[in-house]
Amino acid sequence: MTIDRKYEMARKRQDMAGKVIVFTSAILLIILVISLFYFVASKGLSTFVKDRISLKEFLLSTVWSPDRDIPAVGALPFILGSIFVSVFAIMISGPLGVSSAIFMVEISKKLGQKILQPAIEIFVGIPSVVYGWLGLSVLVPFIGKHFGGLGFSLLAGILVLTIMTLPTITSVSADAIRSLPIEIREASYALGATRWQTIRHVIIPAAKSGILTAIVLGLARAFGEALAVQMVIGNRPVIPKSFLEPMSTITSIITMDMGNTVMGSVWNDALWSLALLLLLISFTFIIIIRLVGRRGMYK
Amino acid sequence: MLNNRLAKIIIVVLLLASFFTFAACGSKQPQSQNPSSSSSNTSGTLSGNVTIAGSTALQPLVEQAAKLFMEKYSNVSITVQGGGSGTGLTQVAQGAIDIGNSDIFAEEKLDANTAKSLVDHQVAKVGFAVVVNKDITVDNLTQQQLVDIFTGKITNWKDVGGPDTKIVIINRPASSGTRATFKKVVLKGQEEAAGLALTEDSSGAVKKAVADTKGAISYLALSYVDNTVKALKYEGVEPTAQNIIDGKYPIWSYEHMYTKGEPTGVVKAFLDFMMSDEVQKNLIPKLGFIPIK
Repeated sequence: MTIDRKYEMARKRQDMAGKVIVFTSAILLIILVISLFYFVASKGLSTFVKDRISLKEFLLSTVWSPDRDIPAVGALPFILGSIFVSVFAIMISGPLGVSSAIFMVEISKKLGQKILQPAIEIFVGIPSVVYGWLGLSVLVPFIGKHFGGLGFSLLAGILVLTIMTLPTITSVSADAIRSLPIEIREASYALGATRWQTIRHVIIPAAKSGILTAIVLGLARAFGEALAVQMVIGNRPVIPKSFLEPMSTITSIITMDMGNTVMGSVWNDALWSLALLLLLISFTFIIIIRLVGRRGMYK
Repeated sequence: MLNNRLAKIIIVVLLLASFFTFAACGSKQPQSQNPSSSSSNTSGTLSGNVTIAGSTALQPLVEQAAKLFMEKYSNVSITVQGGGSGTGLTQVAQGAIDIGNSDIFAEEKLDANTAKSLVDHQVAKVGFAVVVNKDITVDNLTQQQLVDIFTGKITNWKDVGGPDTKIVIINRPASSGTRATFKKVVLKGQEEAAGLALTEDSSGAVKKAVADTKGAISYLALSYVDNTVKALKYEGVEPTAQNIIDGKYPIWSYEHMYTKGEPTGVVKAFLDFMMSDEVQKNLIPKLGFIPIK
Protein backbone atom coordinates (compact mmCIF):
# COMPACT_ATOMS: atom_id res chain seq x y z
CA MET A 1 0.00 0.00 0.00
CA THR A 2 2.68 2.50 1.03
CA ILE A 3 4.83 1.46 -1.88
CA ASP A 4 1.93 2.00 -4.18
CA ARG A 5 1.32 5.43 -2.75
CA LYS A 6 4.97 6.41 -3.06
CA TYR A 7 4.96 5.25 -6.64
CA GLU A 8 1.82 7.22 -7.26
CA MET A 9 3.36 10.39 -5.77
CA ALA A 10 6.52 10.06 -7.82
CA ARG A 11 4.45 9.63 -10.92
CA LYS A 12 2.45 12.74 -10.17
CA ARG A 13 5.60 14.73 -9.54
CA GLN A 14 7.04 13.60 -12.83
CA ASP A 15 3.80 14.46 -14.53
CA MET A 16 3.88 17.94 -13.06
CA ALA A 17 7.55 18.49 -13.96
CA GLY A 18 6.88 17.42 -17.52
CA LYS A 19 3.92 19.75 -17.78
CA VAL A 20 5.90 22.69 -16.43
CA ILE A 21 8.77 22.14 -18.88
CA VAL A 22 6.48 21.83 -21.88
CA PHE A 23 4.36 24.81 -20.94
CA THR A 24 7.33 27.06 -20.21
CA SER A 25 8.87 26.25 -23.59
CA ALA A 26 5.59 26.92 -25.33
CA ILE A 27 5.12 30.21 -23.51
CA LEU A 28 8.72 31.25 -24.21
CA LEU A 29 8.15 30.61 -27.89
CA ILE A 30 4.98 32.67 -27.90
CA ILE A 31 6.71 35.52 -26.05
CA LEU A 32 9.58 35.38 -28.53
CA VAL A 33 7.25 35.72 -31.51
CA ILE A 34 5.24 38.49 -29.87
CA SER A 35 8.28 40.51 -28.82
CA LEU A 36 9.93 40.07 -32.21
CA PHE A 37 6.85 41.38 -33.93
CA TYR A 38 6.55 44.19 -31.40
CA PHE A 39 10.18 45.24 -31.93
CA VAL A 40 10.04 45.25 -35.72
CA ALA A 41 6.67 46.98 -35.68
CA SER A 42 7.74 49.69 -33.22
CA LYS A 43 10.87 50.41 -35.29
CA GLY A 44 9.07 50.14 -38.61
CA LEU A 45 6.16 52.35 -37.66
CA SER A 46 8.39 55.20 -36.48
CA THR A 47 8.94 56.12 -40.14
CA PHE A 48 5.31 57.13 -40.23
CA VAL A 49 4.83 58.26 -36.63
CA LYS A 50 8.12 59.98 -35.81
CA ASP A 51 9.48 60.98 -39.23
CA ARG A 52 6.02 61.90 -40.53
CA ILE A 53 6.32 60.18 -43.85
CA SER A 54 2.95 59.20 -45.25
CA LEU A 55 2.17 55.56 -45.87
CA LYS A 56 1.14 56.53 -49.36
CA GLU A 57 4.56 57.97 -50.15
CA PHE A 58 6.30 54.92 -48.73
CA LEU A 59 4.22 52.42 -50.70
CA LEU A 60 3.61 54.32 -53.94
CA SER A 61 6.49 56.73 -54.55
CA THR A 62 9.39 55.60 -56.72
CA VAL A 63 11.97 58.04 -55.38
CA TRP A 64 14.43 56.44 -52.96
CA SER A 65 17.09 58.86 -51.77
CA PRO A 66 17.29 58.70 -47.96
CA ASP A 67 20.86 60.08 -48.08
CA ARG A 68 19.79 63.53 -49.30
CA ASP A 69 19.05 66.49 -47.05
CA ILE A 70 15.32 66.06 -47.61
CA PRO A 71 15.07 62.27 -47.50
CA ALA A 72 12.66 60.52 -49.84
CA VAL A 73 11.79 56.93 -49.05
CA GLY A 74 9.53 55.69 -51.81
CA ALA A 75 9.78 51.91 -51.67
CA LEU A 76 7.66 51.01 -54.68
CA PRO A 77 10.62 49.91 -56.86
CA PHE A 78 11.70 47.42 -54.19
CA ILE A 79 8.20 46.10 -53.53
CA LEU A 80 7.56 45.60 -57.24
CA GLY A 81 11.05 44.18 -57.67
CA SER A 82 10.44 41.57 -54.99
CA ILE A 83 7.07 40.66 -56.53
CA PHE A 84 8.44 40.42 -60.08
CA VAL A 85 11.42 38.32 -59.23
CA SER A 86 9.55 35.84 -56.97
CA VAL A 87 6.39 35.46 -59.05
CA PHE A 88 8.27 34.90 -62.29
CA ALA A 89 10.61 32.45 -60.59
CA ILE A 90 7.65 30.46 -59.26
CA MET A 91 6.02 30.49 -62.69
CA ILE A 92 9.01 28.50 -63.91
CA SER A 93 9.85 26.41 -60.88
CA GLY A 94 6.22 25.57 -60.00
CA PRO A 95 5.38 23.48 -63.09
CA LEU A 96 8.91 22.05 -63.16
CA GLY A 97 8.81 21.08 -59.49
CA VAL A 98 5.35 19.53 -59.60
CA SER A 99 6.22 17.59 -62.75
CA SER A 100 9.36 16.15 -61.25
CA ALA A 101 7.42 15.27 -58.09
CA ILE A 102 4.91 13.32 -60.21
CA PHE A 103 7.76 11.65 -62.08
CA MET A 104 9.41 10.72 -58.80
CA VAL A 105 6.34 9.28 -57.13
CA GLU A 106 4.10 8.01 -59.90
CA ILE A 107 6.15 7.26 -62.97
CA SER A 108 9.60 6.05 -62.03
CA LYS A 109 9.81 5.29 -58.33
CA LYS A 110 13.16 3.54 -58.71
CA LEU A 111 14.89 6.37 -60.52
CA GLY A 112 13.09 8.85 -58.30
CA GLN A 113 14.22 7.34 -55.05
CA LYS A 114 17.74 6.47 -56.14
CA ILE A 115 18.72 9.59 -58.04
CA LEU A 116 16.16 12.40 -57.94
CA GLN A 117 15.41 12.34 -54.21
CA PRO A 118 19.08 12.50 -53.08
CA ALA A 119 19.80 15.13 -55.73
CA ILE A 120 16.98 17.30 -54.40
CA GLU A 121 18.16 16.82 -50.83
CA ILE A 122 21.62 18.01 -51.85
CA PHE A 123 20.03 21.02 -53.58
CA VAL A 124 18.20 21.98 -50.40
CA GLY A 125 21.44 21.92 -48.43
CA ILE A 126 23.42 24.29 -50.67
CA PRO A 127 23.81 27.67 -48.92
CA SER A 128 22.34 30.64 -50.76
CA VAL A 129 25.70 32.42 -51.01
CA VAL A 130 26.91 29.57 -53.23
CA TYR A 131 23.95 30.06 -55.56
CA GLY A 132 24.66 33.77 -55.60
CA TRP A 133 28.35 33.30 -56.33
CA LEU A 134 27.58 30.84 -59.14
CA GLY A 135 25.01 33.26 -60.51
CA LEU A 136 27.51 36.12 -60.41
CA SER A 137 30.33 34.09 -62.01
CA VAL A 138 28.38 32.07 -64.61
CA LEU A 139 24.88 33.39 -65.14
CA VAL A 140 25.56 37.14 -65.19
CA PRO A 141 28.34 37.04 -67.82
CA PHE A 142 26.31 34.51 -69.85
CA ILE A 143 23.22 36.72 -69.94
CA GLY A 144 25.32 39.79 -70.74
CA LYS A 145 26.94 38.00 -73.68
CA HIS A 146 23.97 36.19 -75.21
CA PHE A 147 20.92 38.26 -74.35
CA GLY A 148 22.43 41.74 -74.20
CA GLY A 149 22.36 44.23 -71.39
CA LEU A 150 24.77 44.12 -68.48
CA GLY A 151 23.98 40.66 -67.22
CA PHE A 152 22.96 42.05 -63.84
CA SER A 153 19.23 41.80 -64.41
CA LEU A 154 15.77 40.74 -63.38
CA LEU A 155 16.31 37.64 -65.53
CA ALA A 156 19.40 36.60 -63.55
CA GLY A 157 17.46 37.00 -60.29
CA ILE A 158 14.56 34.94 -61.64
CA LEU A 159 16.82 32.11 -62.79
CA VAL A 160 18.73 31.95 -59.50
CA LEU A 161 15.46 31.88 -57.54
CA THR A 162 14.01 29.25 -59.86
CA ILE A 163 16.83 26.90 -58.99
CA MET A 164 16.58 27.76 -55.30
CA THR A 165 12.83 27.20 -54.97
CA LEU A 166 12.71 24.09 -57.15
CA PRO A 167 13.75 21.61 -54.43
CA THR A 168 11.25 23.04 -51.92
CA ILE A 169 8.37 22.74 -54.36
CA THR A 170 9.42 19.30 -55.56
CA SER A 171 9.87 17.73 -52.16
CA VAL A 172 6.73 19.19 -50.57
CA SER A 173 4.50 18.26 -53.49
CA ALA A 174 6.11 14.81 -53.72
CA ASP A 175 5.19 14.27 -50.06
CA ALA A 176 1.62 15.37 -50.79
CA ILE A 177 1.29 12.98 -53.71
CA ARG A 178 2.93 10.15 -51.81
CA SER A 179 0.50 10.46 -48.92
CA LEU A 180 -2.52 9.77 -51.14
CA PRO A 181 -4.04 6.33 -50.41
CA ILE A 182 -3.24 3.61 -52.93
CA GLU A 183 -6.97 2.80 -53.24
CA ILE A 184 -7.78 5.87 -55.30
CA ARG A 185 -5.16 4.88 -57.84
CA GLU A 186 -6.44 1.32 -57.91
CA ALA A 187 -10.00 2.54 -58.32
CA SER A 188 -8.98 4.73 -61.20
CA TYR A 189 -7.11 1.92 -62.96
CA ALA A 190 -10.04 -0.43 -62.29
CA LEU A 191 -12.28 1.96 -64.17
CA GLY A 192 -10.00 1.56 -67.15
CA ALA A 193 -8.12 4.87 -66.89
CA THR A 194 -4.63 5.06 -68.34
CA ARG A 195 -1.72 6.23 -66.16
CA TRP A 196 -1.81 9.69 -67.67
CA GLN A 197 -5.58 9.93 -67.09
CA THR A 198 -5.09 8.78 -63.50
CA ILE A 199 -2.44 11.42 -62.90
CA ARG A 200 -4.36 14.17 -64.64
CA HIS A 201 -7.84 13.50 -63.26
CA VAL A 202 -7.24 11.73 -59.95
CA ILE A 203 -3.79 12.31 -58.46
CA ILE A 204 -3.38 16.03 -59.15
CA PRO A 205 -6.89 17.05 -58.03
CA ALA A 206 -6.58 14.91 -54.91
CA ALA A 207 -3.17 16.37 -54.00
CA LYS A 208 -4.20 19.90 -54.98
CA SER A 209 -3.98 21.43 -51.53
CA GLY A 210 -0.54 19.91 -50.88
CA ILE A 211 0.73 21.13 -54.23
CA LEU A 212 -0.62 24.63 -53.61
CA THR A 213 1.04 24.63 -50.19
CA ALA A 214 4.31 23.69 -51.89
CA ILE A 215 3.98 26.58 -54.33
CA VAL A 216 3.16 29.12 -51.62
CA LEU A 217 6.12 27.84 -49.56
CA GLY A 218 8.33 28.29 -52.62
CA LEU A 219 6.98 31.81 -53.12
CA ALA A 220 7.64 32.66 -49.46
CA ARG A 221 11.18 31.39 -49.77
CA ALA A 222 11.71 33.41 -52.95
CA PHE A 223 10.35 36.55 -51.31
CA GLY A 224 12.59 36.26 -48.29
CA GLU A 225 15.79 35.31 -50.11
CA ALA A 226 18.29 38.13 -49.83
CA LEU A 227 21.88 37.27 -50.53
CA ALA A 228 21.80 35.24 -53.74
CA VAL A 229 19.38 37.62 -55.41
CA GLN A 230 21.23 40.70 -54.27
CA MET A 231 24.44 39.43 -55.88
CA VAL A 232 22.97 39.11 -59.38
CA ILE A 233 20.29 41.79 -59.85
CA GLY A 234 22.53 44.86 -59.95
CA ASN A 235 20.63 46.76 -57.23
CA ARG A 236 19.51 49.77 -59.21
CA PRO A 237 16.65 51.42 -57.31
CA VAL A 238 14.29 51.71 -60.28
CA ILE A 239 11.39 49.64 -61.61
CA PRO A 240 12.80 47.39 -64.36
CA LYS A 241 11.28 47.94 -67.81
CA SER A 242 12.54 44.67 -69.25
CA PHE A 243 13.88 41.33 -68.08
CA LEU A 244 17.41 42.44 -68.92
CA GLU A 245 17.45 45.54 -66.73
CA PRO A 246 18.94 45.74 -63.25
CA MET A 247 16.57 46.20 -60.31
CA SER A 248 16.31 46.00 -56.51
CA THR A 249 14.29 44.00 -54.04
CA ILE A 250 13.12 44.68 -50.48
CA THR A 251 15.65 42.27 -49.05
CA SER A 252 18.56 43.51 -51.15
CA ILE A 253 18.14 47.11 -50.03
CA ILE A 254 17.94 46.04 -46.39
CA THR A 255 21.09 43.92 -46.50
CA MET A 256 23.03 46.61 -48.34
CA ASP A 257 22.29 49.52 -46.05
CA MET A 258 21.43 48.16 -42.61
CA GLY A 259 24.95 48.04 -41.21
CA ASN A 260 25.92 51.48 -42.39
CA THR A 261 22.96 53.52 -41.24
CA VAL A 262 22.56 54.87 -37.75
CA MET A 263 19.68 53.83 -35.49
CA GLY A 264 17.00 56.49 -35.26
CA SER A 265 17.75 58.16 -38.60
CA VAL A 266 15.00 58.34 -41.23
CA TRP A 267 17.06 56.05 -43.42
CA ASN A 268 17.33 53.37 -40.74
CA ASP A 269 13.65 53.70 -39.86
CA ALA A 270 12.70 53.26 -43.50
CA LEU A 271 14.72 50.03 -43.62
CA TRP A 272 12.81 48.81 -40.56
CA SER A 273 9.56 49.66 -42.30
CA LEU A 274 10.67 47.48 -45.19
CA ALA A 275 11.44 44.70 -42.71
CA LEU A 276 7.96 45.11 -41.21
CA LEU A 277 6.46 44.90 -44.68
CA LEU A 278 8.40 41.70 -45.32
CA LEU A 279 7.16 40.26 -42.04
CA LEU A 280 3.55 41.10 -42.88
CA ILE A 281 3.93 39.53 -46.31
CA SER A 282 5.28 36.32 -44.83
CA PHE A 283 2.38 36.27 -42.34
CA THR A 284 0.04 36.54 -45.29
CA PHE A 285 1.74 33.60 -46.95
CA ILE A 286 1.39 31.52 -43.79
CA ILE A 287 -2.31 32.35 -43.55
CA ILE A 288 -2.77 31.40 -47.20
CA ILE A 289 -1.04 28.07 -46.59
CA ARG A 290 -3.31 27.42 -43.60
CA LEU A 291 -6.46 28.25 -45.55
CA VAL A 292 -5.45 26.17 -48.55
CA GLY A 293 -4.44 23.26 -46.37
CA ARG A 294 -7.70 23.32 -44.42
CA ARG A 295 -10.03 23.68 -47.34
CA GLY A 296 -8.77 21.21 -49.86
CA MET A 297 -7.73 18.36 -47.63
CA TYR A 298 -8.36 14.98 -49.18
CA LYS A 299 -10.46 12.79 -46.91
CA MET B 1 -11.09 22.01 -12.10
CA LEU B 2 -7.37 21.45 -12.35
CA ASN B 3 -7.45 22.39 -16.01
CA ASN B 4 -9.20 25.61 -15.24
CA ARG B 5 -6.66 26.56 -12.60
CA LEU B 6 -3.77 25.69 -14.87
CA ALA B 7 -5.22 27.84 -17.62
CA LYS B 8 -5.50 30.77 -15.23
CA ILE B 9 -1.90 30.36 -14.08
CA ILE B 10 -0.71 30.24 -17.67
CA ILE B 11 -2.57 33.40 -18.58
CA VAL B 12 -1.12 35.26 -15.60
CA VAL B 13 2.41 34.09 -16.36
CA LEU B 14 2.02 35.02 -20.00
CA LEU B 15 0.75 38.48 -19.17
CA LEU B 16 3.51 39.12 -16.67
CA ALA B 17 6.19 37.86 -19.02
CA SER B 18 4.99 39.90 -21.96
CA PHE B 19 4.70 42.93 -19.74
CA PHE B 20 8.32 42.60 -18.73
CA THR B 21 9.44 41.97 -22.28
CA PHE B 22 7.64 45.04 -23.51
CA ALA B 23 8.96 47.12 -20.67
CA ALA B 24 12.47 45.99 -21.50
CA CYS B 25 11.97 46.78 -25.16
CA GLY B 26 10.49 50.17 -24.50
CA SER B 27 13.08 51.47 -22.10
CA LYS B 28 16.32 52.91 -23.33
CA GLN B 29 19.48 50.92 -22.92
CA PRO B 30 21.21 51.80 -19.68
CA GLN B 31 24.03 54.25 -20.29
CA SER B 32 26.77 52.45 -18.49
CA GLN B 33 30.04 54.29 -18.33
CA ASN B 34 32.33 51.37 -18.82
CA PRO B 35 30.26 48.62 -20.37
CA SER B 36 32.50 45.62 -20.64
CA SER B 37 35.95 46.89 -19.95
CA SER B 38 37.39 46.41 -16.53
CA SER B 39 40.29 48.70 -16.01
CA SER B 40 43.85 47.53 -15.63
CA ASN B 41 45.40 46.92 -12.25
CA THR B 42 48.29 48.91 -10.88
CA SER B 43 51.01 46.27 -11.07
CA GLY B 44 51.70 47.11 -14.73
CA THR B 45 50.26 44.00 -16.32
CA LEU B 46 47.07 44.77 -18.20
CA SER B 47 43.91 42.77 -17.92
CA GLY B 48 40.32 43.14 -19.00
CA ASN B 49 37.98 42.89 -21.98
CA VAL B 50 37.60 45.21 -24.93
CA THR B 51 34.67 44.99 -27.35
CA ILE B 52 35.09 46.58 -30.77
CA ALA B 53 32.63 46.68 -33.66
CA GLY B 54 31.93 48.62 -36.84
CA SER B 55 33.53 49.24 -40.22
CA THR B 56 34.28 46.09 -42.19
CA ALA B 57 37.03 47.91 -44.08
CA LEU B 58 38.96 48.56 -40.88
CA GLN B 59 38.13 45.20 -39.32
CA PRO B 60 41.08 43.16 -40.67
CA LEU B 61 43.60 45.73 -39.41
CA VAL B 62 42.08 45.94 -35.93
CA GLU B 63 41.80 42.16 -35.76
CA GLN B 64 45.49 41.70 -36.55
CA ALA B 65 46.49 44.40 -34.09
CA ALA B 66 44.28 42.83 -31.40
CA LYS B 67 45.97 39.48 -32.00
CA LEU B 68 49.42 41.01 -31.48
CA PHE B 69 48.21 42.90 -28.42
CA MET B 70 46.75 39.78 -26.83
CA GLU B 71 50.01 37.91 -27.42
CA LYS B 72 51.74 40.57 -25.32
CA TYR B 73 49.15 40.78 -22.56
CA SER B 74 47.69 37.35 -21.96
CA ASN B 75 45.07 38.65 -19.50
CA VAL B 76 43.51 40.93 -22.08
CA SER B 77 40.69 39.72 -24.29
CA ILE B 78 39.69 41.78 -27.33
CA THR B 79 36.66 40.99 -29.49
CA VAL B 80 36.52 42.59 -32.93
CA GLN B 81 33.29 42.49 -34.91
CA GLY B 82 32.08 43.95 -38.20
CA GLY B 83 28.57 45.26 -38.71
CA GLY B 84 29.34 48.44 -40.64
CA SER B 85 30.29 51.99 -39.66
CA GLY B 86 26.72 52.90 -38.71
CA THR B 87 26.49 49.98 -36.32
CA GLY B 88 29.84 50.82 -34.76
CA LEU B 89 28.89 54.46 -34.18
CA THR B 90 25.41 53.64 -32.86
CA GLN B 91 26.65 51.04 -30.44
CA VAL B 92 29.56 53.04 -29.07
CA ALA B 93 27.24 56.04 -28.56
CA GLN B 94 24.82 53.79 -26.67
CA GLY B 95 27.65 52.43 -24.57
CA ALA B 96 27.11 48.89 -25.79
CA ILE B 97 30.71 48.52 -26.98
CA ASP B 98 34.04 50.10 -26.03
CA ILE B 99 35.31 51.16 -29.44
CA GLY B 100 33.30 51.87 -32.59
CA ASN B 101 35.18 51.61 -35.89
CA SER B 102 34.11 53.97 -38.64
CA ASP B 103 35.19 54.94 -42.14
CA ILE B 104 33.70 58.39 -41.81
CA PHE B 105 33.45 61.15 -39.24
CA ALA B 106 30.79 60.62 -36.57
CA GLU B 107 29.37 64.08 -37.30
CA GLU B 108 28.34 62.90 -40.77
CA LYS B 109 26.19 60.08 -39.41
CA LEU B 110 25.03 60.93 -35.91
CA ASP B 111 23.20 64.01 -34.74
CA ALA B 112 25.43 66.75 -33.35
CA ASN B 113 24.78 66.09 -29.66
CA THR B 114 25.47 62.38 -29.84
CA ALA B 115 28.57 62.95 -31.96
CA LYS B 116 29.94 65.37 -29.34
CA SER B 117 30.00 62.64 -26.69
CA LEU B 118 32.38 60.57 -28.80
CA VAL B 119 36.16 60.95 -28.97
CA ASP B 120 37.79 60.40 -32.35
CA HIS B 121 41.02 58.37 -32.66
CA GLN B 122 42.35 58.42 -36.22
CA VAL B 123 44.49 55.32 -36.63
CA ALA B 124 45.20 55.08 -40.35
CA LYS B 125 44.47 56.49 -43.77
CA VAL B 126 43.01 54.56 -46.63
CA GLY B 127 43.42 55.54 -50.26
CA PHE B 128 40.93 54.96 -53.04
CA ALA B 129 41.49 54.47 -56.74
CA VAL B 130 39.12 55.00 -59.62
CA VAL B 131 39.02 51.63 -61.38
CA VAL B 132 37.73 50.64 -64.80
CA ASN B 133 37.31 47.47 -66.83
CA LYS B 134 40.57 46.38 -68.45
CA ASP B 135 39.27 46.92 -71.99
CA ILE B 136 39.05 50.67 -71.41
CA THR B 137 42.07 52.40 -72.92
CA VAL B 138 41.71 55.57 -70.86
CA ASP B 139 44.59 56.08 -68.37
CA ASN B 140 43.69 59.32 -66.68
CA LEU B 141 40.54 61.16 -65.73
CA THR B 142 40.19 64.68 -64.39
CA GLN B 143 37.92 65.61 -61.55
CA GLN B 144 35.51 67.34 -63.97
CA GLN B 145 35.36 64.27 -66.21
CA LEU B 146 34.52 62.08 -63.20
CA VAL B 147 31.79 64.47 -62.11
CA ASP B 148 30.33 64.39 -65.64
CA ILE B 149 30.44 60.60 -65.71
CA PHE B 150 28.87 60.04 -62.30
CA THR B 151 26.16 62.66 -62.76
CA GLY B 152 25.23 61.17 -66.12
CA LYS B 153 26.46 63.96 -68.45
CA ILE B 154 28.99 61.71 -70.15
CA THR B 155 27.66 58.25 -70.97
CA ASN B 156 30.15 56.95 -73.52
CA TRP B 157 33.86 56.30 -73.11
CA LYS B 158 34.63 57.92 -76.48
CA ASP B 159 33.81 61.33 -74.95
CA VAL B 160 36.81 61.04 -72.64
CA GLY B 161 39.20 59.61 -75.22
CA GLY B 162 38.33 55.92 -74.88
CA PRO B 163 36.68 53.32 -77.09
CA ASP B 164 33.06 53.61 -78.28
CA THR B 165 31.61 51.78 -75.27
CA LYS B 166 28.73 52.69 -73.01
CA ILE B 167 29.83 53.67 -69.51
CA VAL B 168 28.47 51.43 -66.76
CA ILE B 169 28.74 52.99 -63.29
CA ILE B 170 29.06 50.61 -60.38
CA ASN B 171 28.45 52.18 -56.99
CA ARG B 172 28.74 51.05 -53.42
CA PRO B 173 25.51 51.41 -51.40
CA ALA B 174 24.65 55.01 -50.58
CA SER B 175 25.39 54.36 -46.91
CA SER B 176 28.92 53.05 -47.52
CA GLY B 177 31.92 54.99 -46.22
CA THR B 178 33.82 54.46 -49.45
CA ARG B 179 31.04 56.03 -51.46
CA ALA B 180 30.75 58.89 -48.99
CA THR B 181 34.46 59.65 -49.38
CA PHE B 182 34.28 59.47 -53.16
CA LYS B 183 31.25 61.76 -53.22
CA LYS B 184 32.91 64.26 -50.89
CA VAL B 185 36.37 64.40 -52.50
CA VAL B 186 35.69 63.81 -56.18
CA LEU B 187 32.09 64.85 -56.77
CA LYS B 188 32.41 67.73 -54.27
CA GLY B 189 29.05 66.76 -52.82
CA GLN B 190 27.14 66.83 -56.12
CA GLU B 191 24.38 64.25 -56.33
CA GLU B 192 24.77 61.33 -58.69
CA ALA B 193 22.06 60.94 -61.29
CA ALA B 194 19.32 58.76 -59.79
CA GLY B 195 18.79 55.25 -61.08
CA LEU B 196 21.86 55.29 -63.28
CA ALA B 197 24.31 53.04 -61.51
CA LEU B 198 24.47 49.43 -60.46
CA THR B 199 25.14 48.90 -56.78
CA GLU B 200 27.34 46.21 -55.29
CA ASP B 201 27.34 45.44 -51.61
CA SER B 202 31.04 44.93 -50.91
CA SER B 203 34.43 45.94 -52.30
CA GLY B 204 35.03 42.34 -53.40
CA ALA B 205 31.80 42.31 -55.39
CA VAL B 206 32.67 45.69 -56.95
CA LYS B 207 36.03 44.35 -58.08
CA LYS B 208 34.42 41.30 -59.68
CA ALA B 209 31.69 43.36 -61.34
CA VAL B 210 34.21 45.83 -62.80
CA ALA B 211 36.37 42.98 -64.06
CA ASP B 212 33.41 41.22 -65.73
CA THR B 213 31.34 44.13 -67.03
CA LYS B 214 32.20 45.87 -70.29
CA GLY B 215 32.69 49.61 -69.87
CA ALA B 216 32.46 49.50 -66.08
CA ILE B 217 33.81 52.22 -63.78
CA SER B 218 33.90 52.26 -59.99
CA TYR B 219 36.14 53.12 -57.05
CA LEU B 220 37.97 50.79 -54.69
CA ALA B 221 40.20 50.98 -51.63
CA LEU B 222 43.84 50.58 -52.71
CA SER B 223 44.11 47.32 -50.78
CA TYR B 224 41.50 45.77 -53.11
CA VAL B 225 43.06 46.90 -56.39
CA ASP B 226 44.78 44.08 -58.29
CA ASN B 227 45.47 43.16 -61.91
CA THR B 228 41.89 42.10 -62.70
CA VAL B 229 40.92 45.76 -62.91
CA LYS B 230 42.66 48.90 -64.14
CA ALA B 231 43.37 51.73 -61.69
CA LEU B 232 43.29 55.18 -63.31
CA LYS B 233 45.37 58.26 -62.62
CA TYR B 234 43.40 61.11 -61.07
CA GLU B 235 44.38 64.54 -62.45
CA GLY B 236 47.54 62.85 -63.73
CA VAL B 237 48.61 61.42 -60.37
CA GLU B 238 49.03 57.69 -59.77
CA PRO B 239 47.03 56.32 -56.84
CA THR B 240 49.86 55.09 -54.62
CA ALA B 241 50.50 55.18 -50.90
CA GLN B 242 53.57 57.37 -51.45
CA ASN B 243 51.60 59.96 -53.42
CA ILE B 244 49.07 60.15 -50.60
CA ILE B 245 51.79 60.59 -47.98
CA ASP B 246 53.34 63.30 -50.13
CA GLY B 247 49.99 65.04 -50.39
CA LYS B 248 49.77 64.72 -54.18
CA TYR B 249 46.80 62.36 -54.40
CA PRO B 250 43.63 63.59 -52.70
CA ILE B 251 41.24 60.62 -52.72
CA TRP B 252 41.72 59.13 -49.27
CA SER B 253 40.01 59.16 -45.90
CA TYR B 254 40.78 58.56 -42.26
CA GLU B 255 39.93 55.34 -40.48
CA HIS B 256 38.43 56.23 -37.11
CA MET B 257 38.14 54.40 -33.82
CA TYR B 258 35.60 56.16 -31.60
CA THR B 259 35.27 55.89 -27.83
CA LYS B 260 32.57 57.35 -25.63
CA GLY B 261 34.43 59.93 -23.59
CA GLU B 262 38.22 59.79 -23.10
CA PRO B 263 39.41 56.17 -23.03
CA THR B 264 40.88 54.70 -19.85
CA GLY B 265 42.68 51.55 -18.80
CA VAL B 266 42.98 48.71 -21.24
CA VAL B 267 40.98 50.53 -23.95
CA LYS B 268 43.48 53.40 -23.85
CA ALA B 269 46.38 50.95 -23.88
CA PHE B 270 45.03 49.28 -26.99
CA LEU B 271 44.46 52.61 -28.77
CA ASP B 272 48.04 53.62 -27.87
CA PHE B 273 49.19 50.32 -29.32
CA MET B 274 47.38 51.15 -32.59
CA MET B 275 49.59 54.27 -32.80
CA SER B 276 52.83 52.43 -31.90
CA ASP B 277 55.55 51.83 -34.47
CA GLU B 278 54.80 48.14 -34.46
CA VAL B 279 51.34 48.74 -35.90
CA GLN B 280 51.98 51.94 -37.84
CA LYS B 281 55.25 50.89 -39.50
CA ASN B 282 54.66 47.15 -40.03
CA LEU B 283 51.03 46.09 -39.88
CA ILE B 284 49.40 49.07 -41.55
CA PRO B 285 51.46 49.08 -44.78
CA LYS B 286 51.27 45.29 -44.93
CA LEU B 287 47.46 45.37 -45.00
CA GLY B 288 47.32 48.11 -47.64
CA PHE B 289 46.56 51.02 -45.32
CA ILE B 290 48.60 54.20 -44.99
CA PRO B 291 50.18 55.09 -41.64
CA ILE B 292 48.99 58.25 -39.98
CA LYS B 293 52.38 59.26 -38.59
